Amino acid sequence: MSLVKGNLGTIVTMVIGLALMFGLPMTLDMFAIMQLTLYVVLSIFAVSLAYIWGYGGIFCFGQASFFGLGGYVFAVSGINMGDTTVPFLLSIIIPGLFAAALGYFMFYGRLTDVYMGVVTLVVSLIMFKLINHTAGPEYTIGEARLGGFNGMPDVPVLNYPFQPGEFMDPVHIFYFAMGLLLAVYLGLKLLQRTKFGRVTVAIRENETRAQLLGYDVRLHKVLVFAIGGAIAGMGGGLYSTYQAFIDPNAFALVMSAQCLIWVMVGGLGTLVGPVIACCVLQYLTVWLGAVEIANNNFVLGVILIVAVLVLPRGLLPSLQDYGLMLWNRVRPKPEGGDTATADAAATRAGAGE
Amino acid sequence: MNKMMNRRGFLKNAALGATALTTASMLTGVAEAADEILIGGIHDESGFLDIAGQPMAQVMRFAVHELNEKGGLLGKQLKLVDYDSQSNMQLYTQYAQQLALKDKVAVVHGGITSASREVIRPVLRRFKTLYFYNTLYEGGVCDRNEISTGTTPAQTVDKLVDYCLKNWGKKIYTLAADYNYGQITAAWVKKFTEEGGGEVVQTDFFPLDVTNFGPTISKIQAAKPDVVMSVLVGSAHLSFYRQWAAAGMQKEIPMASTTYGAGGNEVILMTPEESNGLVNALGYFQEVDTPENNAWRKKIEAFFPDKTPLLTELSCATYEGVLLWAKAVEMAGTTDRMKVIEALETGLSIDGPSGKVTIDPKTHHVIRNVHLAVIEDRKWKVLNTFNQVQPADTQAVCDLEKNPNDNKHYIIKL
Amino acid sequence: MDFAIIVVLEVLSAIGTLVIISLGLAIIFGMMRVINIAHGEFLMLGAYTVLLSVKAGVNIWIAMLVLAPLVVGVIGVIIERCLIQFLYGARMLDTLLATWGLSLFIIGAVTIVFGNTVEGVSSPLGGFDIGAYKMSMYTIFVIVMAAVLLLGTLVVLKFTKLGLIARGTMQNAGMAAALGVSPPKVYMVTFGIGAALTGLAGGILAPLTGVVPTMGVAFIAKAFITVIGGGAAMVAGTATASGLFGGISQLATFATTPVWGDAALLFIAVIMLRILPQGITGKFFRRSI
Repeated sequence: MSLVKGNLGTIVTMVIGLALMFGLPMTLDMFAIMQLTLYVVLSIFAVSLAYIWGYGGIFCFGQASFFGLGGYVFAVSGINMGDTTVPFLLSIIIPGLFAAALGYFMFYGRLTDVYMGVVTLVVSLIMFKLINHTAGPEYTIGEARLGGFNGMPDVPVLNYPFQPGEFMDPVHIFYFAMGLLLAVYLGLKLLQRTKFGRVTVAIRENETRAQLLGYDVRLHKVLVFAIGGAIAGMGGGLYSTYQAFIDPNAFALVMSAQCLIWVMVGGLGTLVGPVIACCVLQYLTVWLGAVEIANNNFVLGVILIVAVLVLPRGLLPSLQDYGLMLWNRVRPKPEGGDTATADAAATRAGAGE
Repeated sequence: MNKMMNRRGFLKNAALGATALTTASMLTGVAEAADEILIGGIHDESGFLDIAGQPMAQVMRFAVHELNEKGGLLGKQLKLVDYDSQSNMQLYTQYAQQLALKDKVAVVHGGITSASREVIRPVLRRFKTLYFYNTLYEGGVCDRNEISTGTTPAQTVDKLVDYCLKNWGKKIYTLAADYNYGQITAAWVKKFTEEGGGEVVQTDFFPLDVTNFGPTISKIQAAKPDVVMSVLVGSAHLSFYRQWAAAGMQKEIPMASTTYGAGGNEVILMTPEESNGLVNALGYFQEVDTPENNAWRKKIEAFFPDKTPLLTELSCATYEGVLLWAKAVEMAGTTDRMKVIEALETGLSIDGPSGKVTIDPKTHHVIRNVHLAVIEDRKWKVLNTFNQVQPADTQAVCDLEKNPNDNKHYIIKL
Repeated sequence: MDFAIIVVLEVLSAIGTLVIISLGLAIIFGMMRVINIAHGEFLMLGAYTVLLSVKAGVNIWIAMLVLAPLVVGVIGVIIERCLIQFLYGARMLDTLLATWGLSLFIIGAVTIVFGNTVEGVSSPLGGFDIGAYKMSMYTIFVIVMAAVLLLGTLVVLKFTKLGLIARGTMQNAGMAAALGVSPPKVYMVTFGIGAALTGLAGGILAPLTGVVPTMGVAFIAKAFITVIGGGAAMVAGTATASGLFGGISQLATFATTPVWGDAALLFIAVIMLRILPQGITGKFFRRSI
């Protein structure tokens, strides 16, 4: 019973997630499924930052470095290999290693908060500049031309593992992406239950104390950062195969900042909130482009400003607070008055962490 | 009269409530869905490319309106479904899928940058929807599902370099935007210069966001070329022309450009002191003085009385692209994709504002007139017109008659 | 020899440009700890002020040196009252999200009103000769303006009562309030001055770049890197960081292309922050302002 209680949020999320994963393709047409796939892919990117920032307390303003790197790694290796199985794995491993290296550089240099934000930002800018500079024919890796500003077309569509040429159809790609998103979610939740996860939170709450207790804070942060980088890279790899195209904008400031906004609007410290924020804001962007009622930037700007002023803790935590308030008011008082509070606390702990 | 009609049409549609996606679709009035032919458009009407995208979208609306006034196609009215891609690559994928799968249009016109074309092209090929790309670009696309109606470097750069070498001197200094189009065009400049007995003393590439050209201007002065060739692109690079004139260099070294006024509003933006004397060669200039062009411009002005678009090669090619497609549909007697492609491949031609435009069946590019012009007080003065120039660059790598299944963007080696 | 003079002047102008675009941010971010992502949009508003005034027939110098800072300063105060004042003391990152929204909002609003067309102002002053070379006189103007602005800020902060009150309030608002100062007012004025300086910078840049609603994006990263690279001391930090970053990047531009110039700037910034995590003035010139 206590197992269910402590994990209620996670279990509910997984059930809803699985229901969506198998239910949506039955009710929607192929076009809608293809659109949803993009949301799922970007959600994986959102979760990567939600983890390192919300759980690890590492403020990364250049998360697009790993996203873009994953995209390019997939594109280059996919074009060269034909089969997409190994490229997909590489798009996770290489950004993960790169994040580990960058993390080593930063955390062993004892950079903190804003300065770390700037270093990560600058690294993403450098990558953006350099990849933009590869328009000339001399920048070719095997058969893949990097293409500079124009980007790389002809990124292969995902095929079934180790069966080159057997391309997945759009619905299967949706299953695959959604399955990955749920796996990442569940994996991170389980990780937080381990000692590693508890140390992560301890470091976020008080770095000095964690260090005095004998934990290797620097190594721990490098690992958290690398996990986040690997997840972001996976998102980037899926993004490039979904679009069949990747360009330097995957590294752009806007990409990093967008991700930051999803996490902040969705609620720092949760994994589901950023996913919801990502989907809602993405949908708004596309919708505004189609209806042309008002300038897109203008509307998004207003939404963000309002979000900061009205939902200072982010969407999900604020909704939980309002929801709990309502629930406590509406529900009939049970005999043991304190069960209600205990339940509420459990819900909050489960869903809100 | 025409103007009145449009006003009324516009008011009517405003009154109906703007729930549909396009203005043009509403201008055509309400028609039975089955009697309509859907035609798709994707242009950047906002974002940093809107300067090129808005006139293209406007001209496309006009083209559809004009066809409908003449009775439509195959006895049916045309309905335009167009989307604003907001200068955002992600939205190109999205809207291309939408047009092909959801709206199920007969043809898609659109895309501005080469990057956007390479996003749209595979989607439309995969979902079997004919695609027209109406922009000048670096050449080399070989795909039976696509028609490119803009000029390529072999058509225009040749004439421009020739003019420089004959009138100004043999030493050329090239400044180019650091992306695909800039790289390839710079290579063509070099090739034609050397063929003409001249020399390219230096080629510098600039990322599209560079605004500081001070060091470059000093370097050019140190190299003392006879001509500066600008393949610079976009709003940031406009700073070059300003800083060049501010240093007093505009009167010292003459300048030619393959990009100035090709799709943007540079011509009316720059002062005469900053731009007089600059030469370019393109498939179309607003000032081309033929009865067809003058009549076309009048019609456009009457259709958009308040917001008359600045007409460039991009908008002219868009108009001609729609006409080419319409003629092929009439010839085929159907909008079926393969039948229309076969009709286009008969070497179909139309008389557009820029002159005669003919489809080259081998490459799916067009044979069209090229005009050479110089800027005088914010207007182009056409110096010379070359009739029916072949897209020789793409012809060198692409033969769709032999390899109809080819599907590649060739990088033309020089 | 002539070429050497040109190189020196171009390097100085690159440094000057960095100083000009960063100084307003040094006040708003460096002093007030507001991560102002809308910094680029303040620049853009300054440039638009110059563009519209010149179109309306105002003398370009008045437009640039008087109207641009005035207009953007007033807008800054309004923004501070309507938005920023609710965020002091909250997590610093909230200011980032709010000003990101503000940045999109301003870009959108300017696009709605003036359209997205690239416009521009021709640069005044004309050119001059150094030996066989020609150079724009405006380059010299930029260098001079940078020096004047740096000195002006230093003098105001160090030798005037206003500067003393502002510095005191930023360090300890409670103590300042106890001494009879009204911190909200000081915050408002300081933010306004930061915005005004940024508006002035936009005005100065207007003749050098195309004026579009999205022009600010090109400057924002450089400005932040300069301010953070400079460290805690505002004037000394901005000056030294601009000197280091601007000098190296412009020399790299001369030696190669602007790509490597920009890349060099970023590389140096990363390496420097690794060695000096508190910025230049975290280690050197610690007692300066």
